[in-house]
Amino acid sequence: MKISILKVIIFSFIIFSLSIFWLGLKINNNYDTKSLIGSQISNFQLTEINNDEQYISREDLRKNKYTLINFFASWCAPCRTEHKYLLSLSNKNKEIKIVGINFKDKKINANNFLKELGNPYGFVGEDADGKTSILFGIYGIPESILLNNELIVIKKIIGPIDQIQHDEILRLTQ
Amino acid sequence: MLSNIGIGLLVLVLILSFLTIYYASSDLKISNQSIKKSIYKLSLFQTTFIILSFFALIIGFINSDFSLINVYENSHTAKPFFYKIAGTWGSHEGSLLLWVNILVIFSYLFLVFNHNHNKKFRLYTLIFQNILIVGFLFFLLLNSNPFNSIYPIPSEGLGLNPILQDPALAIHPPLLYIGFVGCSIYFSAAMGSLLSDYGGKLFALSIKTWVKISWCFQTLGIIVGSIWAYYELGWGGFWFWDPVENASLLPWFAITALMHSLIVLEKRNILYSWVIILCLLTFILSVMGTFLVRSGILNSVHTFANDPSRGIYILSFLSLMIFSALIIFFKNQKKEKYNFNLKSKETFILANNWFMAFFLVTVLIGMLYPIFLDVLTNIKISVGPPFFNIVIIPLVVPFMFLMAIGPKFGWIKSQNKIFYKILFLILGAIVVNLFILYFFGKYSLMSNLIFIAAIFLILYSFLDIKKIINNKNKTELPRIISHLGFGLLVFFIGINHQFSLEEDFNLKVGETKVTNNFNINFEDIKIKENKNYKAVIGNFKLTNLKNNLVQYLNPEIRIYSNPETLTYEAAIKTKITSDLYLTMSNVSRSAYYNIKFQKKPFMIWIWISALMISLGGFIQLIFRKNEN
Repeated sequence: MKISILKVIIFSFIIFSLSIFWLGLKINNNYDTKSLIGSQISNFQLTEINNDEQYISREDLRKNKYTLINFFASWCAPCRTEHKYLLSLSNKNKEIKIVGINFKDKKINANNFLKELGNPYGFVGEDADGKTSILFGIYGIPESILLNNELIVIKKIIGPIDQIQHDEILRLTQ
Repeated sequence: MLSNIGIGLLVLVLILSFLTIYYASSDLKISNQSIKKSIYKLSLFQTTFIILSFFALIIGFINSDFSLINVYENSHTAKPFFYKIAGTWGSHEGSLLLWVNILVIFSYLFLVFNHNHNKKFRLYTLIFQNILIVGFLFFLLLNSNPFNSIYPIPSEGLGLNPILQDPALAIHPPLLYIGFVGCSIYFSAAMGSLLSDYGGKLFALSIKTWVKISWCFQTLGIIVGSIWAYYELGWGGFWFWDPVENASLLPWFAITALMHSLIVLEKRNILYSWVIILCLLTFILSVMGTFLVRSGILNSVHTFANDPSRGIYILSFLSLMIFSALIIFFKNQKKEKYNFNLKSKETFILANNWFMAFFLVTVLIGMLYPIFLDVLTNIKISVGPPFFNIVIIPLVVPFMFLMAIGPKFGWIKSQNKIFYKILFLILGAIVVNLFILYFFGKYSLMSNLIFIAAIFLILYSFLDIKKIINNKNKTELPRIISHLGFGLLVFFIGINHQFSLEEDFNLKVGETKVTNNFNINFEDIKIKENKNYKAVIGNFKLTNLKNNLVQYLNPEIRIYSNPETLTYEAAIKTKITSDLYLTMSNVSRSAYYNIKFQKKPFMIWIWISALMISLGGFIQLIFRKNEN
């Protein structure tokens, strides 16, 4: 068998692909966002929902002692049930700044939602196509992420916040 | 008991495979024209035993014999009879047994039906096929044995995954397996052909029928899977560019290219090396697809079947297959002279192959790139419909023109004067397109081109059919049906894509949602107990605001107890002109239900035209038998 460049390319491509497959087998594919706890969040940038010129990014959150990022939408029914706990958190501990990320929603609906139920958020970011939320490893909403001022995730809540989680957040931020 | 019988039969098949390889190798040295009778007998026994082992497993499922782990894990006494049988191939182990069955049965049939071909070629094919059988049997026995027993014997089984309890899905795996594993026989034949120097026209004739059989079943299997996804998964579409769907498309592109270039090899005795490459590639891609799905590297609806330890085995086997195929190919490859005239049928068939190769590479990149990126950099991305739509759709336009015109050209060189006909039909297609544009609404430039090309192909096919009726020469009919099917498929997908309505909202019982065209009233909710599940059935009253037609749709949420799973059954009202599609899902801790309502025009025609594509193939298979 003569060796030609074409053959070398074909063989190296196949060997490369097969070794990737082999490495791929060793990676744990189970998607589990619990592993995010203790890690720093990735960088993001969002515009304010009613003001396209106002931005928020990861570095802005360093100012806050604690930040609770809450993913919500007006069409999400459980978001309604958790809303009162968010309001209570913002009243009870002034060191927690709550950032709302409005997930795949319409501006008008989101504003009506906040008008109706009250606004616990220091900043409401707009994520109309849901792309930024993916950076945070969001499965579905509601979800909330509690950060400290080093941008490390200290708690992650999947599903609506209830009384127990509300108290837990207060305890963690004492 | 059943466990011992099953394992015993499998071991027998394994021994017979070794014997076949041994006797076939020694028969190679004898230079007469007929293969020893004993080899036929070995192969026949092997086939009988493997079929018996499959029946043994079916009996285990029918009798709910929970001493078999596989039955315990995938069945339940309360399961309907039909799904007990379907459960046999519903699990990884059972489907692998089906896989080996097809390898063995095809090996025997190929041996018997090709008796007038070269002896050496047949023996080499048999040897390679048996090497494949041995490989998969070891995998079956050591890693994924469906006959493993469990003690103490459990009194009840865990049940089959409810999303698999669907008629379309019960026949989906066997169809796909005949399609994908059927490719193994011409993988072996290609190796045999290289080693025995038995190429050209005769080789093409020997594998032609097998290529068609596996093409027909692959096509049908993919369509049935897609129908299942539409009715069962409740995603409201028919193709999602899901990695597993893509894995099934890859061998399909290769085999479609093969089916076409095989005609060139048969009629003109050229493209031999290319045909061999496609033969090898089709089965390699099938095994690669199996590897990606079964190892769990790809995450998708099929991940219930994954386990990394299987991955290592299939991957080693796959590597072995690829390298031996490559080495044998490069060692025995011959230089060919190509002599093509631009205006000849072979040029157009080659063009088909280039398009198929392009589609294949696109889908392959879309599927592998995220895996490579994840492994090398730990970045997770998913390549979705936008990528495939942007890359593939523009190419479909010229592809359809060639599909219409290509078959009109004769072999070698042709003086066909069809220019005016083409011009006339293109104008016709543009007029029809303008008609749709005028009456139904606007769409993009690309959609216009797609519609024109599809209508052109459809019109051309109708003209061809008219010609057939006049000439009474039916040999072209299967080709026309398949090509017409493809034209219609693209056309209806286009219509469906352009004119679908979709609404997504939350409702609770008693509320009404008013959309542009419909009033949707959530009247009430019922709970119904069934044999193996409990159903929450919503009752929705739909009023069409245009003609005040009232219809009731009843989507369900099913709660299966074994294993405990929720499934969402879409309510689908199918009509000739459109489908109404409604799913509901519960929003946790509230009285609201999330409702997804869609009106999808000409949905049923998508299935019909897709089925036409495979129907063409089946008709050709049946006709060919009559000719002989």
